[in-house]
Amino acid sequence: MVEGERGGALVPLRPAEAGAPDLADPRRSDVDCWGRSERARALCRLLYDPVYRHWFRAEWEGLEKIPAGGGALLVANHAAAIPSDAPVIMHGIESELQRPVYALADFLFRQAPVVGTVWSRVGGVAAHPDNAYRLLREQNELVLVFPEGTKGTAKTYAERYRLRRFGRGGFVEIAMRAGVPIVPIAVVGAEESMPTMFRSPALAKLLGLPYFPVTANQLLLGPLLGLVGYFPAKFKLRVLDPVRLDVAPDQERYSKSRVMDASEGIRVSIQEALYDMLRDRRSVWFG
Amino acid sequence: MGRRVLVTGLSTFWGGRVAQALEQDPGVDVIVGLDTEEPTVELQRTEYVRADQSYSILSRLVKATRVDTILHTFLVVDSTRSTGRRLHENNVIGTMNLLAAAGAADSSVRSLVVKSSTLVYGASHRDPYWFREATPRTSPARTRVERSLLEVEDYLSDFADDNPHVTVSLLRFANVLGPDIRTPLSRLLDLPVVPAIAGFDPLLQFVEEHDVVRAILHVMGREIPGIFNVAGDGRLPWSECAAICGRRIAPVLPPFGAERLLAAFERFTELPPELLSLLRYGRGIDNTRLTSTGFRYTCTSAGAVDSWAKAARLRHTVGEDPGYRWERDVESFFRTSSAVVRDDPAR
Repeated sequence: MVEGERGGALVPLRPAEAGAPDLADPRRSDVDCWGRSERARALCRLLYDPVYRHWFRAEWEGLEKIPAGGGALLVANHAAAIPSDAPVIMHGIESELQRPVYALADFLFRQAPVVGTVWSRVGGVAAHPDNAYRLLREQNELVLVFPEGTKGTAKTYAERYRLRRFGRGGFVEIAMRAGVPIVPIAVVGAEESMPTMFRSPALAKLLGLPYFPVTANQLLLGPLLGLVGYFPAKFKLRVLDPVRLDVAPDQERYSKSRVMDASEGIRVSIQEALYDMLRDRRSVWFG
Repeated sequence: MGRRVLVTGLSTFWGGRVAQALEQDPGVDVIVGLDTEEPTVELQRTEYVRADQSYSILSRLVKATRVDTILHTFLVVDSTRSTGRRLHENNVIGTMNLLAAAGAADSSVRSLVVKSSTLVYGASHRDPYWFREATPRTSPARTRVERSLLEVEDYLSDFADDNPHVTVSLLRFANVLGPDIRTPLSRLLDLPVVPAIAGFDPLLQFVEEHDVVRAILHVMGREIPGIFNVAGDGRLPWSECAAICGRRIAPVLPPFGAERLLAAFERFTELPPELLSLLRYGRGIDNTRLTSTGFRYTCTSAGAVDSWAKAARLRHTVGEDPGYRWERDVESFFRTSSAVVRDDPAR
C-alpha cells in the first residue's frame, strides 16, 4: 500500500511526541485551572494585610496544629452578613504558614458578575464535592469550609455564636473519601464585625438571595459603605486538635451514622471552644 | 484483511478530515462516505454516497458494503449550522437509523465510534470545575443541540447494552479551535473586539482540530469501548484567549437577560444560545481517561487557541484560501479512467 507516497499526505498528521509530553503552552496570564491568579492574590494580600493586622488585629492560638504538608480540611464557624472570617483565616494561614488555602464558597457566588470572577481569582472555589476531593486527595492542599453555609451568616446579632446545623455532614464525607484529617477552627470576632439587625425574607426572595440582611454597619454608615465598612472587632482564632477519621479513603459510600456522629462531634467541639473563648473575652474591641 | 469503514457526514469538516486520514492508513481497505451534500475536501479512494437527511439508506448501504466500522461524525454540535427541525432530523433520527442498521441481525458492524460534544455536560454555576465521563450535568438542557445530543447518547448506551459484540466508543469533544475549522467561538475571536458577558471571565478548555482526528483514529484503531472526554490540558480565561489572538474583550453582553437579547437579534448574530452559559461559567473537562489509554495530545488548550490565532494572522495577510470544489466528472476520471496510471492494480 503506497497511498501516502502517491498523493502526498493531504492532512499531515502530526506525530505525538512519545515520552515526555512537553507541549508548548503559550499562556498569557497566570490564571491557573482553579481560576486563581497569583498576581491578583499578591496584590490582594498587600491591600488586606493592614486590615488583618491593624483593623481586626487577628490573634491565633494553636496554629502549629495545622499540618505543614499534605491535605487537610479546615472547618470553622461562619458569621457576619458578608463573611469577614474567610479572608482572615485564609490570610492568616497563608502569611504565617506560607501554605495556600482554598476556600470553598457557595456556588451562588459564581452567578454574581464581577464579584464571582474576582473571588475566584483571589482564591475562592465553588463548593462541590468533586472540587474538594481533587484539592485534598490529588493536590494535597488545605481546604477551608464553613459547614453552616449561609445559615451561619444569616444569623441575627441576637443569635451570635450559636452554631447552626452542620449541613448533612457532607464535609466529613469528603474528608473520609480524601483520607485527610479535619482541623476545626473556632473564630471569635466575626459576629461583631458586621452584625445583622434584621432580615427581609421578601427582598431576599425578590433578589434570589439566600437571605437579605440589614446590618448595623449599613444603619451607621449608609447602605453602600455599610457593605464594606466592617467594625473593628478583635479577632481571635483557636485551632483545635485535628480529627482523624479512621476509615479507608475512596469508598463508594460511608456509614451515614458515622458521618453524622463525626459532624456533630466537630460541631460541639467548636461550640465549646467558642464558649470558652467568650468566657475569657473582656471586650469585643480589645479582646 | 483490512478494515472496511463507513464515515457518516463526509462533507462536514470532520467527515472529510477523518476520511483523508483514513486514506493514509494501509490497514483500511474500503472507505465509504455518506452525506447529503458533496464532499468539500479532496479524496483519493473514499467512495461518496449521497443520502437523505435522516440516512434512511443506511441499512441497505451497510448490508451491501459489509463495513465493519462506522465513524459517526455527522452530529451537528453548532446550532448556527442548522435549523431546529433539521438539527433534530440530522442528529436524532440520523443516529437512530444508523444504530438500526448497525444492530441488524446479520450486521457486519463490530465497531462504532461516535463524535459527540462536551455540550452534553452543559455549563452552570453548580458545576464541578472538572467533568469526568460519569459526572452528571447539573442543569437541565435548554437548547436544541444539547437536548438532541443527550437523546443520541441515550440511544447509544441502549445500543451498547443490546449489542455487546460491537465496540462502541463515544468521544465527547471540548470546543475545537485550529487553523481551518470555523466555530462560533473562532468567529468571535476574529472580531475586532471580542464580545464577552459583562462581569464574567470564564475558564474555557479547547481541543486542537488535529487532535480531534487523531483521537477518533486512536479509539478506532485500538477498538477501545467506552465514553471519553477529549480536551487539551489546562483551562484559560476567555480574556486570555482574546489576548493570544491579539484582541481585547469587550463586555457587550449584559450579565442578565443575555439569552433574551440574543433571541431578539438571532438573525444578525452568529452566537448560538448553547454558548451563552459557556461564556458565563466556562466548563472544565477531565481528560485523564483518554490519556490513560495511551493517547497523547499535540496541543494544550492555550496551544489550540494559538494554532487558530496563527492561521488567522496569515489569513488576514494573504486572504482566504479559495478551497476545493468537488466535481463528479473530475473525480470519476481520476478513479476510473484508463488514462490514469495506478500503482496498485487491485484498486
